[in-house]
Amino acid sequence: MTEKNLVTAIRDALHDEMAADDRVVLLGEDVGNRGGVFRVSVGWMEEFGEERVIDTPLAESGIVGVAIGMALHGLLPVAEIQFADFIFPAFDQIVSEAARLRYRTNGDQGCPLVIRAPCGGGIHGALYHSQSIEAFFAHVPGLKVVMPSTPADAAGLLRAAIADPDPVLFLEHKKAYRAISGEVPDEPYLVPIGTADVKRAGTDLTCVSYGYALHTCLEAASRLEADEGVSVEVVDVRSLAPLDMGTILDSVRRTARAIVVYEDNRTYGAGAEIAATIAEQAMFDLDAPLVRIGGPDIPAMPFATPLEHFYMEPEPDQVYRRMHELATF
Amino acid sequence: MLTARLIDEAALRQNRQGRAPFVVPAEGHEACQVGTAWPMRPGRDVWLPYYRDLAIVLRAGMSPYEIFLGVFAKAADPSSGGRQMPSHWGYRALGIISGSSPIATQVPHAAGVAYAARYRGEDTVVGCWFGDGATSEGDWHEGLNFAGIHRLPVVFVCENNHYAISVPQSKQMAVENVADRAEGYGFPGVVVDGNDVLACYGAMKTAHERARSGEGPTLIEAKTYRFLGHTSDDDDKTYRPRDEVEEARHHDPVERFAAYLLETNVLDGAGAEALRIEIKDEVDAAIAAAWEAPDPLPESALRHVFAEGPDAP
Repeated sequence: MTEKNLVTAIRDALHDEMAADDRVVLLGEDVGNRGGVFRVSVGWMEEFGEERVIDTPLAESGIVGVAIGMALHGLLPVAEIQFADFIFPAFDQIVSEAARLRYRTNGDQGCPLVIRAPCGGGIHGALYHSQSIEAFFAHVPGLKVVMPSTPADAAGLLRAAIADPDPVLFLEHKKAYRAISGEVPDEPYLVPIGTADVKRAGTDLTCVSYGYALHTCLEAASRLEADEGVSVEVVDVRSLAPLDMGTILDSVRRTARAIVVYEDNRTYGAGAEIAATIAEQAMFDLDAPLVRIGGPDIPAMPFATPLEHFYMEPEPDQVYRRMHELATF
Repeated sequence: MLTARLIDEAALRQNRQGRAPFVVPAEGHEACQVGTAWPMRPGRDVWLPYYRDLAIVLRAGMSPYEIFLGVFAKAADPSSGGRQMPSHWGYRALGIISGSSPIATQVPHAAGVAYAARYRGEDTVVGCWFGDGATSEGDWHEGLNFAGIHRLPVVFVCENNHYAISVPQSKQMAVENVADRAEGYGFPGVVVDGNDVLACYGAMKTAHERARSGEGPTLIEAKTYRFLGHTSDDDDKTYRPRDEVEEARHHDPVERFAAYLLETNVLDGAGAEALRIEIKDEVDAAIAAAWEAPDPLPESALRHVFAEGPDAP
């Protein structure tokens, strides 16, 4: 085991995959000479060659479109969208092409493609370097969408994404990149896509979250236990599509109380799907109305520090307070 | 060329008889398709056709029977098992990359396939076909730009019939020739008479050799005409003057090549008629057999969202 932060775990796992299999190629804006704006691929152009670490033209649809072609002809491309906010020119290639290739060919052609995209706010990124994009893509059958919140999950999920025969959108929360560290096994291992994970065991209520918000929840849960003796179980969704509702429902049925917390703006967000499924399948197991906390429904995260703080946490200690209310309902 | 023409006419008849909900006519495009498909090597090269490229996929190896399995949306349709509209071909064993309906999305795919082929050390040429309207799309630019930068073994073929459904070329671009745009990507652009199958063959032969020898892409613009509507649901009388269509029919590429073969004594009248009967019989048999083939099972709609069986993670 080695202690490392999230972006280092991603870098190390991707490096191992590049070293182990020359079908794995990296392409995107600034991934070569610059080594990526988050420095994931520093020195790789020299180590693996320009053929495998490809500085592309500044054209997101082309990055994904070219990567789809590579995936259709024997390579395992890892395409990088520099910031998730810039992914929308590639929406058609991802949704109409990558996600539908297997279905539209009745299983004849597959697209083993990984698209990495740093997402999320709280880093002074403003409207166009802070967005949560998972809901747009988790809605699309044929596409897998994951967002690890810990370094160990990031490494295991990235390996699983590269090994997956279908397209995977791999979302990396930028605030977690360096703020979140943890133990990572030194040996290669997979975290299966489509599995949620109980990050903190508890008995009084279930908190379902993912990404950086999960750490806000874990922190609130710790304090609530220390302050009030409330035992919160925290479930990390990890994989938004496919969604592991089994693990979530199993926890909710044990605690009989559920709160869903996500950074993306609330309306039609991933939390809506999770909350709806809990309501649909566990209504009579609940002792209290379920709680859903999402970001404010404003077009995007503003830049000024007070405005950004308001987005990330509209009121002080909101998650702690709502957990406490739910526990004592 | 004649096989494509007879399949095309027959498919439209099936549509008008109510047996095929939707077909895409290719009539008029036979020369530019057969000519540019012929230097390609079935079994080795990779094909990215668009939905009017009937003759391209025939050259790649699809049979008339397989074409009609698609027209009738049967379970055994090799392109999609009846999932896609007809003419959205794909066939891994033949190297035909599946296409969609959004325009020009296959162009960056072609660049990616060509990149992968060269990376793997293969002697593979990628052919990518599209209409004139496709050249307005961002994906078209992004695909050609990437191919030019990396000097990839790919040939881009524009079948310019001068209309993107109803919108004439003059409202699609401010240049006379699509081929002129190649200069912006650092590789040659060539204009050919798209109704002259031998001219199309010659242009593609040169481009194919260029690609194989590592000199990079070529953009071929074959100027042609679509004799019928955009699809069986289109009424081209609302946007194209009849005398223009009539005039174009005087340059019918199939009749033109037949006349050439007769003039040069490659074929005589009896031989031409025998060929027509032989192909017509094959097409009729294909239609009869495809019509009798089983439909997809309703619940099979749920399959193949992700890899299944031994391919699943």
